[in-house]
Amino acid sequence: MNEITRIRPSRRAVLAGAGAFVLGFHVAPKGALGQATAPAATPEINAWVVIHPDDRVVLRMARTEMGQGTRTGLCQMIAEELHCDWSKIETQYVTPGQSLARNRAWGNFLTAGSQGIRQSQDYVRRGGAAARIMLVQAAAAQWGVAVGECAAKDSVITHSPTGRTLRYGQVAAAASRLTPPDPVPLKDPREWTVIGQSRPRLDTAAKTTGAQIYGSDLKMPGMLVAVPKRCPVFGGRVRSFDAARVSGMPGVRHVLQVGDSAVTVVADTFWQAKVALDALPVAWDLGENARVQQSTIDAMLDEGLTAAEAFVGNSNGDARAAIAAAPRKVEATYSYPFQNHAPMEPMNATVVWTAQRCDVWCPTQNGEAALVATAQAAGLPQTQCDVHRVDLGGGFGRRTTHDWLIDAVLTAKQIPGVPIKTMWTREEDMTHGRYHPVTKAKMTAGVDSNGAITGLHMRISGQSILSYVFPTALQQGRDPVQFQGLNASGAESAIGYTFPNLLVDHAMRNTHVPPHFWRGVNHNQNAIYLECFLDEVAHATNQDPLALRRRLMGNHPKHLATLNAVAERIGWGSAPPAGRFRGIAQQMGFGSYVAAAAEVSVSDAGVLRIHRIVAATDSGVAVNPRQIEMQVEGSFVYGLSALLYGECTVKDGAIEQTNFDTYNVLRMDEMPQVETIVMPSGGFWGGVGEPTIMVAAPAVLNAIFAATGKRIRSVPLKNQDLRRA
Amino acid sequence: MAKLNVNGRVVEVAVDPDTPLLWAIRDHVGLTGTKYGCGVAACGACTVHVDGQPIRSCAMPVSAFSETQRIVTIEGLSPDGSHPIQVAWRALDVPQCGFCQSGMIMAAAALLAEKPRPTDDDIDQAMTNICRCGTYNRVRAGIHAAVRGGTTG
Ligand code: FES
Ligand code: FES
Repeated sequence: MNEITRIRPSRRAVLAGAGAFVLGFHVAPKGALGQATAPAATPEINAWVVIHPDDRVVLRMARTEMGQGTRTGLCQMIAEELHCDWSKIETQYVTPGQSLARNRAWGNFLTAGSQGIRQSQDYVRRGGAAARIMLVQAAAAQWGVAVGECAAKDSVITHSPTGRTLRYGQVAAAASRLTPPDPVPLKDPREWTVIGQSRPRLDTAAKTTGAQIYGSDLKMPGMLVAVPKRCPVFGGRVRSFDAARVSGMPGVRHVLQVGDSAVTVVADTFWQAKVALDALPVAWDLGENARVQQSTIDAMLDEGLTAAEAFVGNSNGDARAAIAAAPRKVEATYSYPFQNHAPMEPMNATVVWTAQRCDVWCPTQNGEAALVATAQAAGLPQTQCDVHRVDLGGGFGRRTTHDWLIDAVLTAKQIPGVPIKTMWTREEDMTHGRYHPVTKAKMTAGVDSNGAITGLHMRISGQSILSYVFPTALQQGRDPVQFQGLNASGAESAIGYTFPNLLVDHAMRNTHVPPHFWRGVNHNQNAIYLECFLDEVAHATNQDPLALRRRLMGNHPKHLATLNAVAERIGWGSAPPAGRFRGIAQQMGFGSYVAAAAEVSVSDAGVLRIHRIVAATDSGVAVNPRQIEMQVEGSFVYGLSALLYGECTVKDGAIEQTNFDTYNVLRMDEMPQVETIVMPSGGFWGGVGEPTIMVAAPAVLNAIFAATGKRIRSVPLKNQDLRRA
Repeated sequence: MAKLNVNGRVVEVAVDPDTPLLWAIRDHVGLTGTKYGCGVAACGACTVHVDGQPIRSCAMPVSAFSETQRIVTIEGLSPDGSHPIQVAWRALDVPQCGFCQSGMIMAAAALLAEKPRPTDDDIDQAMTNICRCGTYNRVRAGIHAAVRGGTTG
């Protein structure tokens, strides 16, 4: 018997109106009811702010919460200007369908690139400010007094001369009928009292009791569960499968093909579907890609390291000539593997398809893109579809793309009117991810007799994300994202050094393994390549690695400031504790300047212990220092997992690693102490979800060299012998 | 048909005896706080207590359990989220996405039950759960805070 637990609708669910569900679901999982009701039915002040007569403040969210604290940060943004009672705040996901119907009132939904807050901070603050102005205006009108005599604080408007007060809930309906102000003034940052505060998260409690509902927890009356399996080789197809062999197994309702390349078993429960799927005989047409091995990919990348043709990412002077003319040349080749995002919650989506309408409930980092994908797969116009978001059990970039959702819709389309929850196994998630791109880099420096770098050539060879994900964004074939952290200038990801002669170029060598944005993206390898190689040049020329960097950073004061901050905190220049060794690195990315200094030891047996990492972040504005601390710690776990263990390899065209037993990650016992320096210098908005990830690995690798004399140029470390040279 | 004693209630679940306890709890008992992360006992997201011991429920079939064995899930850890670990977790904002946290909390609660004042080494030994968001340092701090903040017996 498959029991359906009736979940009591939460206050939020009631507010959103379970009746609004097209299919008349009588129960409403809390997270799934993030959609707003029709605008007219709520006391909406504007797209962002709804105030109920009982003073509840509902702030609407376009960006997604996936653990990074964006919900709380965005509420701080709005509340700063709204002057509402923080304890009365609730949040609600708007749906992309609602946004579409209102001319994209909520702007971009994309929650990636560490931009959830920084790219929407201006308009959400203005949303808060406009609402406050209208609420005060409504109160002033009710009293018949001048607006200038009234002020709002903690959801209460006070008429100063008489001391009379009105609560936001009492004037919200009147305020909603006023004409919004134009322009909408914003506070001077010096007057901020909410932004910059370490407010606790708004969504912690449910995560401590099991009450938080994720996509994989959704239940609907009559729901069936689909567990899919794609052809193990990317690009392969289903040739045939013997449904009759499993269709009589317990709970099995349907055995279906999904698109060209997948089969799925639909059963009453996940476990029944999985057991049947494992027993289902499938003949695959593996295709050409089945011939690809890791060694053939490596050879292709090696060829690119010296190929004549390459896309230029950054250049000044004549690096090749300067290197040729230099009395000394330092050279090294580095490599970085495929890696899986492996968010803790495997891919899933719940879909109801009918000939008239398609609704999906899923964890996505981009509601709008999910709507486009849904409509296409459903064969319906976007206006007849919608995407109801639930909080993510991790994203890291994987949930910005919707291959899993498309398959879920294609499955539900074959069983009209029945809610189908598609759930991937971890094995499916590991072998059908979208992977960190694989690259190598040949680094060459010319050095003069004073140890100064006269020319630097950085040749990257390997996979381009954009050529797979957004080919239209390529610039005459060139992938501009490839050069993250290496750009000549710009507010997003500029290099922090000035070399008299520089050439950074990219020989694009794409593989059949689909690449994707992966927390930190191309910074992850670019920072290792550049920061470890500069360390190599320093040691080759008997210079202190910090001193060598400082010589190159005169034109880059913000980069230098974070580097100096970590050097000072770790005690660079003074002797570390016995047996410990240090390494440093810096980089700019996602609009923020970051640096790290690591302290490690390596035992005689070659066992690495990372004792301590100091991280500095200058994100311009620091919205919530505690959240930044959490993001720095989290980014180090993600980055150090990649450094220690992260590697997916290809055999006969398929990914070899199938679960956490073969794709290990860092655990508690390997976790270093993390010291976070938050040093906002003001005047710009940088991201915080990703930037520090990129300096974790190079700082540790440089410390390993200091400890062992071994230069590790190929990660992960599980493949390396760290015993002293 | 299996009989399970979950959070103090004996429930009959109509499942194949090979069904892992995790899926019986999630899909038949209807408690979804216990999570599926790997299915191969590698991540700890599915951790529940059986007679006070933490076990990975994805790797044990329901046939291994009798109704006399007390199974406790995250939902049954405390009636109102007041276990010292839960209190400390909220005070320190330990969770990020939260998906691993039911397992983390159950592992941490079992540790405190066994060792009321765990050392960092004890924590390293006991807490082998995976967190992809990277909450380990806050988990550690949360365990120490729970020791300071309340009775853990
Ligand atoms: S789901 Fe049981 S240990 Fe991972
Ligand atoms: S909090 Fe997200 S996996 Fe641990």
